Amino acid sequence: MFDDIPLLNFVWFALVGVLFTGYAILDGFDLGIGALHLFTKTDEERRIMLNSIGPVWDGNEVWLVTGGGALFAAFPMVYATVFSGFYLAFMLLLVALIFRAVAIEFRSKLPMRWWRQMWDIGFSIGSVLSAFLIGVALGNIISGVPLDPEKEFAANFFHLLRPYPLLVGVTTVALFAMHGAIYGVMKTEGTLHDKLRGWVNRCILIFVFFYLAVTVATLLYIPHMTETLKAYPWLFTVAVLNALAIANIPREISLGRDFNAFLCSCAAMIALMALFGIGMFPHMVYSFPHPENSLTLLNAASSQKTLGIMLIVAAIGVPLVLAYTATIYFIFRGKVKLDPMSY
Amino acid sequence: MDALTLARLQFAFTIGFHYLFPPLSIGLGLLLVLMEGTWLKTKNPVYHQMARYWTRVFGLVFAIGVATGIVMEFEFGTNWAVYSRFVGDVFGSALAAEGIFAFFLESGFLALLLFGWDRVGPKTHFFATCMVAFGAHFSAVWIIVANSWQQTPAGFHLVNHAGITRAEITDFWAMVFNPSSMDRLIHTVCGAWQAGAWMVVSVSAWYLLKGKYLDFAKRSLQMGLVVALAASLFQLYTGHDSAVGVSQNQPAKLAAFEAHYPTAPASLYLFGWVDEAGREVRFGLAIPKMLSFLIYGDGNKPVRGLNEFAPADRPPVNVVFQTYHAMVAIGLGLIGLALLSTVQWWRGKLFEQRWLLGILVLSVLGPQMANQLGWASAEIGRQPWIVYGLLRTSDSLSKVVSGGAIVSSLIMFSLVYALLFAVFIFLLNHKIQHGPDEADLTPVGPLRKEPRADV
Repeated sequence: MFDDIPLLNFVWFALVGVLFTGYAILDGFDLGIGALHLFTKTDEERRIMLNSIGPVWDGNEVWLVTGGGALFAAFPMVYATVFSGFYLAFMLLLVALIFRAVAIEFRSKLPMRWWRQMWDIGFSIGSVLSAFLIGVALGNIISGVPLDPEKEFAANFFHLLRPYPLLVGVTTVALFAMHGAIYGVMKTEGTLHDKLRGWVNRCILIFVFFYLAVTVATLLYIPHMTETLKAYPWLFTVAVLNALAIANIPREISLGRDFNAFLCSCAAMIALMALFGIGMFPHMVYSFPHPENSLTLLNAASSQKTLGIMLIVAAIGVPLVLAYTATIYFIFRGKVKLDPMSY
Repeated sequence: MDALTLARLQFAFTIGFHYLFPPLSIGLGLLLVLMEGTWLKTKNPVYHQMARYWTRVFGLVFAIGVATGIVMEFEFGTNWAVYSRFVGDVFGSALAAEGIFAFFLESGFLALLLFGWDRVGPKTHFFATCMVAFGAHFSAVWIIVANSWQQTPAGFHLVNHAGITRAEITDFWAMVFNPSSMDRLIHTVCGAWQAGAWMVVSVSAWYLLKGKYLDFAKRSLQMGLVVALAASLFQLYTGHDSAVGVSQNQPAKLAAFEAHYPTAPASLYLFGWVDEAGREVRFGLAIPKMLSFLIYGDGNKPVRGLNEFAPADRPPVNVVFQTYHAMVAIGLGLIGLALLSTVQWWRGKLFEQRWLLGILVLSVLGPQMANQLGWASAEIGRQPWIVYGLLRTSDSLSKVVSGGAIVSSLIMFSLVYALLFAVFIFLLNHKIQHGPDEADLTPVGPLRKEPRADV
């Protein structure tokens, strides 16, 4: 079925997926912590929430930069079409991410209650809006957007806000909130820890509810997402693994194995992204209603030469990145303690 | 205004704002390595205090650099989709290398640099500092390679796919070492070192004027001044080198630098105002034949003038002329200031002369202005091309983005960047007012152990 796709194109499809999955997992809990931030009440609790992501949020956003860079390099047609087509949505995303960063830096610098309250709200709204917009963009990619024969986006901003993408947007917020809650459990102790533990199951329920809704909507209205799965039924194991990983989270939490719960949450996100990739394959931007205008692994990619050079770059760089990212997280393992360097 | 002008305005605004921060990260990164290295070497706790203090400033600068850098990366696609399709194959590999090699290096070890003082040993921490500084420099390499490729494209061929022409790479190393990349890299990095060094000088001079943290301030000032002196003198050489490169690779840009119209032996202007309609420089003061001499070592050699280029292929001359001359003037001024301060230091009077300290407090603005002006002249001088000789800026815009959409995003960015700048100034001021921490003179955690002398 896909014999005519060169291996390098396939590899880069996977690698771009890996980078965005890395972003989803890492900044996912940052944004999730932000989404839950306002549910904590005391100043100390909020500072602990902030400082649980303190040393890492900045680096986590680099995954977005690199994912975008890899997309630009490996599939410039996708990068150009999607980024120009989703113009206002992406501009809003950027503003939300920046505003959120400002709020993190600013919040704890002055002691006044109104001051901190204001930035707490900014941090939370920025986080929720970022997660939501990422989800909306994803939802549009899944459901397909109109492309003209020159592969340009042929609709306006409001076309992006159809029910399905909005549903994926809400689901993404729920997913990140769940992921953030589990991360929070892992990084906190005492009353905040107990509070977050209580939230995890609720977050899972909310996420599962929306996730089922998305799944049903996808099966009903977006047939092209299931074509590859139907052709290769063994890929359903990914969906099963996804369900198992999510189902295992409450068990690990109740056993007090917070780290395992977090790993399960990561595994669930990896499986979700894998399902997304499998569903899209071999398309990168599905053109609806004119599928013949779609951008695929084949017609959107850079030359074989570039893909080859970048594979060398990635082969040297990615193991290094993973090694020191893991090392840094290991060094900063354990519960958050507030100190003079804290936010 | 049309969509093209708005998109250019937006790019200029966002890149100008972003470019306040990366040079500081690069320059401060170098100084952090020097400070922490000196501490490990001498075991004098004041260097530990310096490293801790400037690390805090570095963290702030870096955070804003990342936040505004994400915008830049998105903007290629959002506003310049045609350009992105054209250059993706070439430009993309440099950008991907930047992300994978440099950004992760910086941001990964940044956590350790900022928050790891009490969690790892001093040698490991020093290693993290070196990696962050190295990453900052390395990211400059890739982005300048990509930008230089736009100035002097090399190592590619043009291929047409289904009606869309794009540049595809044929020789990676020819692309990396395109004719202008190394000249421009050292020139830019040198500017970045000055940005960091003069900032350290400036804050230290302020403490000295206020009579606060004297030991800290004197040593910081000395260290900053050494780097500032070396970098500003070296900049003279790199600047010259860049100009010679421009004369070979982008003659229209060089001609615009000096508003040189007929092809003839060229003079070097000290200042002036270009009358573009009349094709002459008014109110100017020039050294005859000096440009020819600087470039060819022979004052009588002709330099290609703007008249050789069709009006549609000429950059806007006066703005390039003014930004270029302002950059040179500031660069020379910084050399003068660095030399003067060094002489006073040698005479043992650097810390007493309040007028000089007053000037040094303001010195932080010099490299920032020169860096901005230099970029402006380099990029406006490239016009009307976005990729020199291959693709015009006017043809590169996203087709699907309306002027209205750009206006709304421009307004959003103006507001949020105004906020961001307020945050930066507020927090920087907060850190400066707070001053170095007394507690940092007695290191805590694993750092309490004295580093061995052999480190």
